[in-house]
Amino acid sequence: MTTPVLDVKQLAVQIPVTDGILHAVRDVTLTVARGETLCVVGESGCGKSLTSLAVMGLLPGSARRTAAHMRFAGEDLLTVTPRRLRELRGNRMAMIFQEPMTSLNPAWTIGDQLTEPFLRHGKGNRREATDRAVFLLERVGIAAAGRRLGQYPHELSGGLRQRVMIAMALMCGPDLILADEPTTALDVTIQAEILHLLAELQREFGMGLLLVTHDLGIVARVAHRVAVMYAGEVVESGPTVTVFDEPRHPYTRGLIDCIPIPARSRPGVPLGTIPGLVPSLVGGIEGCAFRDRCAFATEPCARPVPVVTGAEGHAWRCILPSAVPSLLENPA
Amino acid sequence: MSDQQPILELRNVVKRYSVGRGMFAAKRPLMAVGGVSLSVPRGQVLGLVGESGCGKSTLAKMVLGLETPTEGEVLIDGRPIAQLGRLERARLVQPVFQDPYSSLNPRKTIASIVGLPLAVHGEGTGPERATRVEEMLAMVGLAPRHAAAYPSQLSGGQRQRVAIARALILKPQLLICDEPTSALDVSVQAQILNLLMDLQSRLGLTSLFISHNLAVVQMLATRVAVMYLGRVVEEGPTAEVMVRAQHPYSRGLLASVLTPDPRLGLPDTRLGSVFPDPLSPPPGCAFHPRCPLVFDRCKTEAPQLRHHQGASRAACHAAERDAAMAPA
Repeated sequence: MTTPVLDVKQLAVQIPVTDGILHAVRDVTLTVARGETLCVVGESGCGKSLTSLAVMGLLPGSARRTAAHMRFAGEDLLTVTPRRLRELRGNRMAMIFQEPMTSLNPAWTIGDQLTEPFLRHGKGNRREATDRAVFLLERVGIAAAGRRLGQYPHELSGGLRQRVMIAMALMCGPDLILADEPTTALDVTIQAEILHLLAELQREFGMGLLLVTHDLGIVARVAHRVAVMYAGEVVESGPTVTVFDEPRHPYTRGLIDCIPIPARSRPGVPLGTIPGLVPSLVGGIEGCAFRDRCAFATEPCARPVPVVTGAEGHAWRCILPSAVPSLLENPA
Repeated sequence: MSDQQPILELRNVVKRYSVGRGMFAAKRPLMAVGGVSLSVPRGQVLGLVGESGCGKSTLAKMVLGLETPTEGEVLIDGRPIAQLGRLERARLVQPVFQDPYSSLNPRKTIASIVGLPLAVHGEGTGPERATRVEEMLAMVGLAPRHAAAYPSQLSGGQRQRVAIARALILKPQLLICDEPTSALDVSVQAQILNLLMDLQSRLGLTSLFISHNLAVVQMLATRVAVMYLGRVVEEGPTAEVMVRAQHPYSRGLLASVLTPDPRLGLPDTRLGSVFPDPLSPPPGCAFHPRCPLVFDRCKTEAPQLRHHQGASRAACHAAERDAAMAPA
């Protein structure tokens, strides 16, 4: 296999808070190959967004980031100069944020925002920048692209703004895109369209895509591989089909079972839920972080849980001897 | 007689706004809701589904009395909402909104947020109110210690439980849930849906449940109405709409729900992506520019909401044609 475009080993992010150190990301190892989609999935506060921000070097100033290595196309992002990082960011690695309302500058036209990274990274002159902006706006399905360049973000709908964000990320032809909940603020119909678009563009341009989401429904449909995060750790990872067919971590099973499914979920038949709350990550956590919410927890779960590896790169942090069955009355 | 009277009845409700386009341009009418008639009998849940901009939230606001219909009537328990005072209205109908972060006062404790409706309506003495708040918090699955907490100390799911408790404490006749789970994680959404389902069966609530996701609506709704550009395009019993949707738009909405099946890939909703401009709605059927089944008649004549087959009604020329061709 060729060098992955992103190769992160033992990433940790610590944030000092009033009552101690918040261990927001603990020991995250992941890789993304060219043309591959890795979905990082988990609930709010599991560290999935911080993981992508850590890769981009966009953590808040107080946060401390450590890792064994964090290579982007062979270059270690931990040791690059700030100047080199600025050269890479927005250029060879780009980010799509959740809220297209707040991540576009309301005082700039769409055209100015699209051409800015292209010009800044010296990819060509203004004319070439405009041509590429029009090309990409059309490519992401925006009609009358030339006219849109002069418009401001408030003149566009949420779906269109998210398309503009995607076009902006593609301006410099990146090797890696990090998308943080790119469709969470959108309608289900627009969500399907945007995900289609991302998958198509990825095939066309051969980019690596790291997609952060809380919805395993999205993961099932777009990911080649999945990493399930809980309390700052990757608790299960592997090829998508394997993880959905034979989830080895009860948390993964819980996330699968809580999704309502048309014509199967019915009134009077409750969805699966994950009882309880995410533990505090201030201070250290001993043993399995999920054990207080786990229906299968036993006494050994209080001790450190090693990572177990199975076939095809499937790996999990759980001592259960086999795949976790669905607890629903009428599972998929 | 009063048992058969629907709790909520909408009679040909229209809401038009006048939209300015700059200082000198003439204002143009925007039809947010274009003649909707629906009713919800006691103890039932009507699911209202559609994309952003389809008018479902405007409809909810009219039912809550926050907006006045341009035409038509909203009746709650047989009484026109226009004739009710503010307090009286609040006793009959209560909302749960989408965003549990902005719908709770950050400076009040949970107990005072949930107890405020009782105080406003002068119900009971202080200690009696405190007891009712305590019972209500327990009913929505919050611990007694949460009573003294502030909204910022709670998670999104817990805040939505507070919003539900506040809405239910006056025992309203009608509960309006406007995208109550859209801002939540999928796992928390499941908890809130289960809670609403449980409250539904325990209290026999009557409610209007609004969402853009049909799979969410089906958990609670006895009937479903699908809205598109201000009109109801399909209405019927939930199971029937979920399994045999007649309108191509309903089918598109269903197809766009991403179920956790890794072998299916991304669905082709066949809807295209161009949502029409509500300021210049397409002629004929408003859905025809996105419709995979479009034929000539759709471009000129607006279809009416009718029975074609089964118990649902649909506003679709193709459904009418197919029903006519099907053997009786």
